[in-house]
Amino acid sequence: MTFTQIIFLITAAVILGSALMVVSTRNLVHAALWLIVTLFGVAVLYAILNASFLAVVQVVVYIGAIAILFIFAIMLTRREMLDRGPQLNRGWWLNAIIAVLTFGGLFWMLQGWSGFSKAAADFPSGYDAVGQLGKALVSPTGFVLPFEVASVLLLAALVGAVYVAFTRK
Amino acid sequence: MNFWTDPVNFVAQWLLGLLTGWGMPGWLASLLVQLIGVVVLVSMMMVIDIFLVWIERKVVARFQDRLGPNRVGPFGIIQPFADIIKLIIKEDITPNGADKLIYNLAPILSLMSVLLLWAIVPLAPVILGVDLNVGALYIIAAGAIGTLSIIMAAWASNNKFALLGAFRQVAVLVSFEVPMLATMLIPTILAGSMGMNEIIQSQNVWYIVLAPLAGLIFMIAAIAELGRAPFDLNEAESEIVAGYHIEYTGMKFGLFYAGELLHAFTFGGFWAILFLGGYRFFGLENLGPIVAAAILMAKALFGYWLIMWVRYTVMRIRIDHMLAFNWKFLTPLAFTLLILTALMNALLRGTSSGVYILGMLLTNVILGWIIVEILRGFSRRERERVEGPQQAVAHQ
Repeated sequence: MTFTQIIFLITAAVILGSALMVVSTRNLVHAALWLIVTLFGVAVLYAILNASFLAVVQVVVYIGAIAILFIFAIMLTRREMLDRGPQLNRGWWLNAIIAVLTFGGLFWMLQGWSGFSKAAADFPSGYDAVGQLGKALVSPTGFVLPFEVASVLLLAALVGAVYVAFTRK
Repeated sequence: MNFWTDPVNFVAQWLLGLLTGWGMPGWLASLLVQLIGVVVLVSMMMVIDIFLVWIERKVVARFQDRLGPNRVGPFGIIQPFADIIKLIIKEDITPNGADKLIYNLAPILSLMSVLLLWAIVPLAPVILGVDLNVGALYIIAAGAIGTLSIIMAAWASNNKFALLGAFRQVAVLVSFEVPMLATMLIPTILAGSMGMNEIIQSQNVWYIVLAPLAGLIFMIAAIAELGRAPFDLNEAESEIVAGYHIEYTGMKFGLFYAGELLHAFTFGGFWAILFLGGYRFFGLENLGPIVAAAILMAKALFGYWLIMWVRYTVMRIRIDHMLAFNWKFLTPLAFTLLILTALMNALLRGTSSGVYILGMLLTNVILGWIIVEILRGFSRRERERVEGPQQAVAHQ
């Protein structure tokens, strides 16, 4: 077992354990903090895969913005931080089956892929991964269309949010 | 490789040879050497932090026409150690209804978010933790953990003042991150890289000359990120007593305090790296890495002194003014500057360095002039609106 595999197994255990805590803890702020542990674990996974840009963006966007927004939303909308209702609803077994099927399907699909059992290769020295990513995002042969569509979508969401929050004088 | 040209790697190689010579497997030895490196760097920053307390108190005393600490040791330099002993032996109080785990975790995360930043600071071309190719983003990411620690501290304290302070602070942090990131992209454009070492290497002309407005906006945003006056709404003594760390006593408060001071020093350092040429000083850095590290430290202290100067001379700004200042002025300005710099950089890239420098500088000066004119018109209209047209005439 290599060093990277050990780190991966620890990270995976932390992600799964904290994700379980998110849905099972009754204190809502604790749930949000466990969610942060989960998101941080995903950032570690990106770092293991040499995707430094994605790892840092994961921390900036998900921990720095979204998780903090969650905590704010909980604090501003709830008087009581404890959730007292039942934690399972009637359809839980259906969701469990779907989750297992999705996991099994993904596992089965990825097993046929040649890169499934390989470790992430190191970049050759001097390889500018961030620069290549940036060029791919704006080049016509790369991903410029999805990138721009996503930008327009976010802009529309931003304008919508401003419109909803705007008070007419 | 000898000690004078590459001290850290020299010692690391020697240690690695020693450990493997004792029969330790290679991966364990290199892991151990890396760990020792981290511990040494963190300890060094903590020791500097102790003296920052003394520097801060001495400088504020000069600004307020006092002497500052002057009893313990020469120039009162032993004073911080007396403070530390006091903090350690103080009673450690956990308030009723506090969430114990989160309450104790918050000060650690707060200091950690600052120490994390030093991983990417290149003290010299060869003395650096890691040369991340996403350095600029990493600064914001470490700041996110600092924001988190503030919310955790405030919520876990079970205190309304603490929560108020955290709400204000997070509003400030989240909004001032935007112009900060935009201005950090300007050195990135000029250098063609986000890595701190490469940004320094490409500063044959300091970026404060090529992008003075960006340097100014970065400094303002950095002071806001630090939560220092004039942006110290998080702890505003006259309004909410002490903000998010109101319930903390002893060394737990000490960790917040140490984190804040080191954070200010660190942002002074990043300001120096991004805009003042980092460890470069007219070829003096070629004398050796130790000289280069001393130059960076001196520049970081200069940045820290600027932050202190602003802190002790400018009054606190009201929160609505501050948010309006950020969203209606600083953010649009930062983005305009970013677009203009990218355009001018693309246009002037092929020209001689004299034309390039002059063009960049002129872009900044013209944009700054337009901004000042717009601000003047705005404030004149505001004044007329408040005073009424007749009184405005009477004043003239």
